[in-house]
Amino acid sequence: MTCDKIPSREEFRQALVQKQGEHITEKLAQATVAICGLGGLGSNVAINLARAGIKKLVLVDFDTVDVTNLQRQQYKASQVGMPKAVALVENLKEIAPYVELEAYNEKITDANIDKFVANADVVCEAFDNPEAKSMLVNEVLEKYPQKYLVAASGMAGSDSANSITTRKISKRFYLCGDGKSDVSEGLVLLAPRVQICAAHQALTIIRILSGLEV
Amino acid sequence: MNSNQVKINGEDVAAVGMTVAEYLASAQYDLRRIAVERNCEIVPKAKYAEVVLEAGDVVEVVNFVGGG
Repeated sequence: MTCDKIPSREEFRQALVQKQGEHITEKLAQATVAICGLGGLGSNVAINLARAGIKKLVLVDFDTVDVTNLQRQQYKASQVGMPKAVALVENLKEIAPYVELEAYNEKITDANIDKFVANADVVCEAFDNPEAKSMLVNEVLEKYPQKYLVAASGMAGSDSANSITTRKISKRFYLCGDGKSDVSEGLVLLAPRVQICAAHQALTIIRILSGLEV
Repeated sequence: MNSNQVKINGEDVAAVGMTVAEYLASAQYDLRRIAVERNCEIVPKAKYAEVVLEAGDVVEVVNFVGGG
C-alpha cells in the first residue's frame, strides 16, 4: 500500500506544538542554521533540526556518499555515489517537507565561508578533519562575533556515551564531544557514539534558539 | 590563584609574559588544529606572536581531533 497524502503544513505545526510546546516550536520556525559537513555529525544534526521544525537549513559538503558512510550517516544504499548535499536534501524532503533547504556541493574555505554562514543564526561545525574544524571555528569566531557556533571534537572509539559532553567555551561558542578520541589514531567509529555527539549539537542549537542557553 | 599565573584549560600555569605563540610551542600544540580563546575572546591566529599573556588571564586552548 502506498500513501501519497502527506500532512499539511498546519498539521505539522500543531503536532510540533503538542510535543515541543509553543515557545520552542515558534522560535525554531523563525531560525536558520548552517550545517558545515554532512557526515556522521551533520546528517544527523540536519534530520534532528528538520524534524523539530526549523525554518531553514543551509547544508554544505563537497563529498559523495560512500558505502562506508551507511553505517552511521543518514543516507541510503541507493544513494552511494551521489553528492551528500543532494542526497540529504532528498531524504529531508521526505521526512520534513516544509523545511526550507539550501544545499551546496562545495568545500568551505576561509575565502568562501561568507556565502554559507552569513544568513545563519547558528553555525554547526560538523567536519571530520581537525584542520578543517580549526579553520571554520577560527573564521566564524573572528569574522562573526554575533553568531552562535556549535562545534564538535572527539566521538570516535568505544568509550561510554557518558564521556561525551557539551561545554560552553565562551559566550557564543559551544563544543560537544569527549575532546580527545581521535579517529586518526586507529579508533573505531560507532554509530551510537557519533549520533550521541550529533544529538548534543542539535539539542544545544535548539536550546540556543529557544533562549534556554544563558 | 597565584598572581603571576595564567589559567589555561582550567589549570594554573606559570606563563605570564609569554606570547600565545610561545606558550603553544612549549606545550607542543599543532597550530593547524586549535582555536585559542583568551578571556572569552578568540585570539586570531595571525596574532599568536603578538598577544602577551597577563596575570589572571583565563585561556582555553581547544584542540580538535579527527572524526565526524
